[in-house]
Amino acid sequence: MLAQLNELHAQSIERLNQSTATAELEAWYKETLGRKGSIYLLTRQVGGLSPEERPAFGKQINIVKNELQAAYDSRLAELKGSELQAQMKSSAIDVTLPGRPQPKGGLHIISQTMRDIYRIFGDMGFQIFRSPEVETDAYNFELLNFPPHHPAREMQDTFYTSDEDVILRTHTSPGQIRAMRAYYPEPVRVILPGMVYRNEQVNARSHLQFTQVEGLAVGEDISMADLKGTLTDFARRMFGAGRETRFRASYFPFTEPSAEMDVTCFVCEAKGCQLCKYTGWLEILGCGMVHPMVLRNGGYDPEKYTGFAFGLGPERITMLKYGITDIRHFWENDLRFLQQF
Amino acid sequence: MRVPLSWLKDYVDINLPVEEVDRLLTNAGLEVKSIDTIGLPGAELEWEADKVVLGQILKVEQHPNADRLVLATVEYGAEETEIVVTGAPNLFQYIGEGDLTDRQLYSAYALEGATLYDGHSEELKKAKLKGRSLRGVYNRSMLCSEKELGISDEHEGIIIIEKDENSPDYQAGTPLVELFGDVVLEIDIIPNIARCSSMVGVAREYAALTGQPVRYPSYDVLMEGPDANARVKVRTEDPELNPRFAALIIDGIERKPSPYWMQHRLRLAGQRPIGVVVDISNYVMLEMGQPNHTFDYDFLRRRADQYAPEGPIEIITRLPHEGETLVTLDGVTHKLQPHNILVTDPISNLSVGGVMGGADSEIKPETTSVLLEAAAWNFINIRKTATQLGIHTEAAFRFSRGVHPSQALLGAKRAAELLRRLAGGTVAQGIIDSYPLVPAAEPITLNATYVRRLSGLDLSTEEIATLLGRLEFDVQTADSEHLLVTAPDHRLDIEGAHDLVEEVCRMYGYGRIPSTALSDNLPPQRGNLALEQEERIKDILVQAGVQETIGVRLTSRAVEALMLPKGSAQDAEPKRYVTITNPNSPDRVVMRQTLMAGLLEATASNSRFQERIALFEVGPVFLVQEEQQLPNEQMRLALVMTGQRDLSSWQDGKAGLMDFFDLKGVLERLFSILHVDVSYEAAEHPSFRPGRTARVRVGKNVLGYMGELHPTVVEAYGIRTEPKQGVMAADFDLNGIISRIPALFPFKPIYHYPAVREDLALVVSADTAATEVEAVIKHVGGFLLQSVQLFDLYEGGQIAAGQKSLAYHLVFQSPSKTLTDSDVRRQRERILKQLEKQIGARLRE
Ligand SMILES: [Zn+2]
Repeated sequence: MLAQLNELHAQSIERLNQSTATAELEAWYKETLGRKGSIYLLTRQVGGLSPEERPAFGKQINIVKNELQAAYDSRLAELKGSELQAQMKSSAIDVTLPGRPQPKGGLHIISQTMRDIYRIFGDMGFQIFRSPEVETDAYNFELLNFPPHHPAREMQDTFYTSDEDVILRTHTSPGQIRAMRAYYPEPVRVILPGMVYRNEQVNARSHLQFTQVEGLAVGEDISMADLKGTLTDFARRMFGAGRETRFRASYFPFTEPSAEMDVTCFVCEAKGCQLCKYTGWLEILGCGMVHPMVLRNGGYDPEKYTGFAFGLGPERITMLKYGITDIRHFWENDLRFLQQF
Repeated sequence: MRVPLSWLKDYVDINLPVEEVDRLLTNAGLEVKSIDTIGLPGAELEWEADKVVLGQILKVEQHPNADRLVLATVEYGAEETEIVVTGAPNLFQYIGEGDLTDRQLYSAYALEGATLYDGHSEELKKAKLKGRSLRGVYNRSMLCSEKELGISDEHEGIIIIEKDENSPDYQAGTPLVELFGDVVLEIDIIPNIARCSSMVGVAREYAALTGQPVRYPSYDVLMEGPDANARVKVRTEDPELNPRFAALIIDGIERKPSPYWMQHRLRLAGQRPIGVVVDISNYVMLEMGQPNHTFDYDFLRRRADQYAPEGPIEIITRLPHEGETLVTLDGVTHKLQPHNILVTDPISNLSVGGVMGGADSEIKPETTSVLLEAAAWNFINIRKTATQLGIHTEAAFRFSRGVHPSQALLGAKRAAELLRRLAGGTVAQGIIDSYPLVPAAEPITLNATYVRRLSGLDLSTEEIATLLGRLEFDVQTADSEHLLVTAPDHRLDIEGAHDLVEEVCRMYGYGRIPSTALSDNLPPQRGNLALEQEERIKDILVQAGVQETIGVRLTSRAVEALMLPKGSAQDAEPKRYVTITNPNSPDRVVMRQTLMAGLLEATASNSRFQERIALFEVGPVFLVQEEQQLPNEQMRLALVMTGQRDLSSWQDGKAGLMDFFDLKGVLERLFSILHVDVSYEAAEHPSFRPGRTARVRVGKNVLGYMGELHPTVVEAYGIRTEPKQGVMAADFDLNGIISRIPALFPFKPIYHYPAVREDLALVVSADTAATEVEAVIKHVGGFLLQSVQLFDLYEGGQIAAGQKSLAYHLVFQSPSKTLTDSDVRRQRERILKQLEKQIGARLRE
């Protein structure tokens, strides 16, 4: 009997090792260790042994059973592994094929630039104040120190409406007066974003509408040095920490002193390139100390209060940043343009 | 304005490199827009010192074999002279004049191998000078025109310089670059630097910036002969409009070209030389900023013979008579407006003061005596006149920005003296000068503390005084903290202390002002809730795969009218728009009253390239309000969606076209994130397709409309669509949405007791709205009903005609216990009972 058991053991191991698929292995299990398998059948013959032989045989049969089970387990793991390998190998894909396209939404690039500006000035305590796009001549010009027929009016080609005192605002500056009148006598720190209009031909360089962001700070002790510091901080956050700024004298009727701020060219690192017309500088914004008459029109006594104002063009900043050369793209709403940002 | 440095150097020393000059002027507000380098290293065409030199023309003879060529003998500093074959028309006058050595005629002379521009080529094309035979005479060098040297586009003849008393000591052979190498700055004249519209004006700024004195031109004039004041009398009727009118009479002038140096300067400054009289007039204006005008004196005298045969010519400046017209120099007849100030005599008008001369009184080729006018005019009046007449002369440019009356006399004298010296005229004794309104120079009190406070600079009172003094301000010390400052005559832009602060900053240097962070009190921080919500709405739509657009807000009535098909009720109603009275395009005449029209135009243009279009815009429309000056700028939100639901891919077939429910899904997502509880109900709207239109409401308030656009509208905007492709659109009052976004909303607890899902398939009549069914289920289901979700809609087949089947997943869950089967069954039965009772629904078999 024992010899029979040993032979069965050896044969079973050999057959196990010869099996090459899990299905074969399952058949082996059924025949060998299954409910009516060869080990079981051998167990049934224990009754034919003498009582002395029985314990030894029982012990041996358990050893064989356990060994076969272990051999089966390891063979099964081995075959499953190689079968999985084979299956994975045969189901490999071309990982360079394009993904399933997802519909893509997007913020208009000018909205994105606006948000950058909001965030940077917001961190410095500037809040957002919006004012009408269709304005009175008084707010757009006279209260900002543009008397009728003043040469400075010529710098801004105005759209007039059928009401002769009503125009399309040519800049966001009327918001300065509106913000001051809304906040007096508190200090003012606002940015005034929005659409403005100029009666200009539509071409690659000019459009009849564009956005502006005006800034205004009014308080009891605000100087030209604060203006330089604030706008230089802005330039570094907008265009990169290493940027330098340059302020040069300029003219706006509603500021005095007035300045233009240039930023070192971020394309050529100020070495000179086509974008900066080989000057190393990019003109970014106009600014200045609020004209005493404008402060007065806003309700603030210029003897007591000072302030600064600035105005910048999100389209220009965007065009510089991305190398866009045609301003018409912004309002054409061509998805081939909009979805690049 | 074009400023040649060679000219500027007459009035101030310039020793700094050009880049530094550029930087100084630009930072001080005289922005250098461009720099033209002529002949010098760095120029487009560099003049080689040994190949382009000054040549003296010694003799001019006819070419033996060619009528249109001459042979010029040129001395150029070498041992031998050279014979140049040339066709320059301005040399023919010297043929047969014999030896010209004593005439001291010079020209630009280029030797073989020199690189020059091709004078015959339209564009600037460089060529190397090579020797060749011209009609039998070998030629290897050239006398040059300004064009060939890149000085100007002048190519009528070669440069011919006749040495005169003003010329430097010319030596043949001197490298031309040393004599005529130049740099021309193009300076942008913004309104507050009108004083810099002249060489002296720019020199004054440069001198102040570099701490030098200005060398003003001489305003002395040699006068002789009879008294001018006995010959001409001037009366100004309106001193406000014409504060000063100064004039001189110059007799016996010769009409000829101006000397080369003057022509050269005028051309560098961008002016075309005409003849000595006009050139001097322009030259003086460019030099010191005072425009002037020359009348034909003999013409004026002949007219005076009609009204005062024995008396003087009478010049009157006055406003026009009703219906008066004037023919200007350019031959245009102008109908005059009541504010146009005129220079006239008793017979008729002579010129539009400060703007343009009249044709009758202009100098003619035979004119030998001129009345030279230099006047002062009210700048606003000149601006109005120039704009209205559409005349934008150099004179009008300067007068419309302000020229101080003190300049008039200086300009008149300077021009008269030049006419005497360069045109051989005699200046009559005495200056006719009507100066009824002398502007008062008011001193400004300048508080040094104010300067420091505004500039952020720590400057002493003395330092401030010194900086202003450099710009010729008269500065008196009032006390230790106050200065009394009087602006010089040429500074018409100084109105108050703030203007003086700018001058102090400019002279100190904007670049040297420190940069500091704002340390003033921070205002109360209030935020801008409307804008924040608007930005949030934009973000939600972007995440839903919709692209933001920004349209042009100027549009036309016609484009917006396409939203309303012909014959609809709204079509008949005339709309009042904010209307532009000076539009520059017929498509951009009114301010929009809807976002939809612009979005549909964008959809149409994109439909040529895109298979899926999903756009939105957030922005104002402009609604005219009764009794209000300004329109209501109502913020709106509009969306358009059309085309493929999914973008095409290599993998799956297309998932079909977007329909009503794609748009509704986006809106549901939006309102759900915002926690705005909206309802949708079937509605009619002329822009939308009947039967596929919903009104969106919160309670009783309508937020807007959504649905599939009316096919007529889709076609009207030219949107390309496939068969069965609809265009979905929605249009909302943005503030209506924003005002209903709750500031806070309660959190819904999450229960841990098991949820039970029940499916309910119902049959209802086909016209039953899904919301009604859902409302009953929710109402009856009560707090145990966690969610209701429609998962199937079925019509036809086993369902009888006029009916439809709706199938729902219902999820029941209790916050406090595990629901039993009987709990759920009871709820289900109650729901079914009410559904049957209220809307006649029954369970599908
Ligand atoms: Zn650059």
